[in-house]
Amino acid sequence: MESIQAKQGLVGPNDPIQRTQLPYVTGTSVVALKYKDGILMAADMGGSYGSTIRYKSVERIKPIGKHSLLGASGEISDFQELLRNLDELILYDNMWDDGNSLGPKELHSYLTRVMYNRRNKFDPLWNSLVLGGVKNGQKYLGMVSMIGVNFEDSHVATGFGNHLARPILRDEWHENLSYEDGVKLLEKCMRVLLYRDRSAVNKLQIAKITEEGTTISQPYALKTFWGFTAFQNPTAGAEGSW
Amino acid sequence: MFRNQYDTDVTTWSPAGRLFQVEYAMEAVKQGSAAIGLRSKTHVVLGCVNKANSELSSHQKKIFKVDDHIGVAIAGLTADGRVLSRYMRSECINYSYTYESPLPVGRLVVQLADKAQVCTQRSWKRPYGVGLLVAGLDEKGAHLYYNCPSGNYFEYQAFAIGSRSQAAKTYLERRFENFSESTREDLIKDALMAIRETLQGETLKSSICTVAVVGAGEPFHILDQETVQKLIDSFDIAGTEEGPAAAPDSAAEGGSAAEGGAASEQGAPADEGVAPMDI
Repeated sequence: MESIQAKQGLVGPNDPIQRTQLPYVTGTSVVALKYKDGILMAADMGGSYGSTIRYKSVERIKPIGKHSLLGASGEISDFQELLRNLDELILYDNMWDDGNSLGPKELHSYLTRVMYNRRNKFDPLWNSLVLGGVKNGQKYLGMVSMIGVNFEDSHVATGFGNHLARPILRDEWHENLSYEDGVKLLEKCMRVLLYRDRSAVNKLQIAKITEEGTTISQPYALKTFWGFTAFQNPTAGAEGSW
Repeated sequence: MFRNQYDTDVTTWSPAGRLFQVEYAMEAVKQGSAAIGLRSKTHVVLGCVNKANSELSSHQKKIFKVDDHIGVAIAGLTADGRVLSRYMRSECINYSYTYESPLPVGRLVVQLADKAQVCTQRSWKRPYGVGLLVAGLDEKGAHLYYNCPSGNYFEYQAFAIGSRSQAAKTYLERRFENFSESTREDLIKDALMAIRETLQGETLKSSICTVAVVGAGEPFHILDQETVQKLIDSFDIAGTEEGPAAAPDSAAEGGSAAEGGAASEQGAPADEGVAPMDI
């Protein structure tokens, strides 16, 4: 009797606890790279509700403290929760008032712990995070996945960017990229993503962090050209597939 | 007859605005054998005098490694010192688990001081009876702190605590202005000299002292006895006949009644008077 009643609701009193969720509103790729003076990071501003691109001005790159930038793809609300959490962390860090502050390396490690801890509770924060920053002349760029996998690299990308942007970065990135060349390279990546990733929108922000501080660009659009023959006849190279 | 009415528990104020139990705890620090510390821009050296309880026993450890970048020297109740060192170790290890970077020394010292402070404000607790010299290195350079049972802490260029520490302090006060540019070797030499000052004529041997170093490119470590003996020999500072240095210093210490009562080996008469409250 009880079990029949339980089945009628979404969650019955005797059902096992289900924490694993599905993402609701998600952001797509983040691409970031080291350049001569610091870190550049790019992300578009789309927020997808399932496969519907429902929001068009979601900021997915935020400064954390004085020395770091955080970019996120995946569940937007989880990202916002994380930002609240980090804000508090930075606040308490400042309250020591001793001149010490958390750098990008420390924050990356902290995020790794948070993500891994949540996944061990079967309640992960549904994000891929990119953390970049500069402190004491040291550039830092790393990634954390939603299950806590983490690494550092000279250039990183989340989601589709992993497949579409990183091959470009591997070919064209080098240690001494100027700011202009860095931005050009990121825009090249973002353009490819815009063409091939259905969740991407043509409104993006590029953020820069150097020893001097953080600047996040106003949203802007990339110039596009949709007249490529491959675009006009997309099935030409894959006959019979769809 | 005229017992102190205000010293039976930690939370009772005297009309003069003093907390006697806390002051008594600070006396315990003076009873312990001496510990000294000094620092340059890049290095901190800790030193201590090891006294065995009896001819038959070994001495207690008075210098502890907390982490690669932090170490402490203690004077007072060794048992309390060990508990606090364990606390410091666990704080360091937790911080480096979370942030994969070393805990800033200043932060650890504040946490330690806050922990000590709680004991001065709870009726069911007792203050720690130990003073700690915390030596550490962080991105801002080398640091030396003194943590007191009262919950106070101070940063020093050089400091000495424990019995007959006044002699070492006098030595350090004479020379501290040069410390910040000192080499590691000079610091160690000054550390040994300062330790010797507290010995009151006894010969300085590696068997009765411990020296530890932390510095740029050098994780905190206690120098082994052999190395210390070699340094003592090479500096030629064993100094058995240090009459003039020892005499005035012990006279200065004479003002402190507890200090005399402390040195049980000296067989000094236990002064039963009220403990001196000067800090």
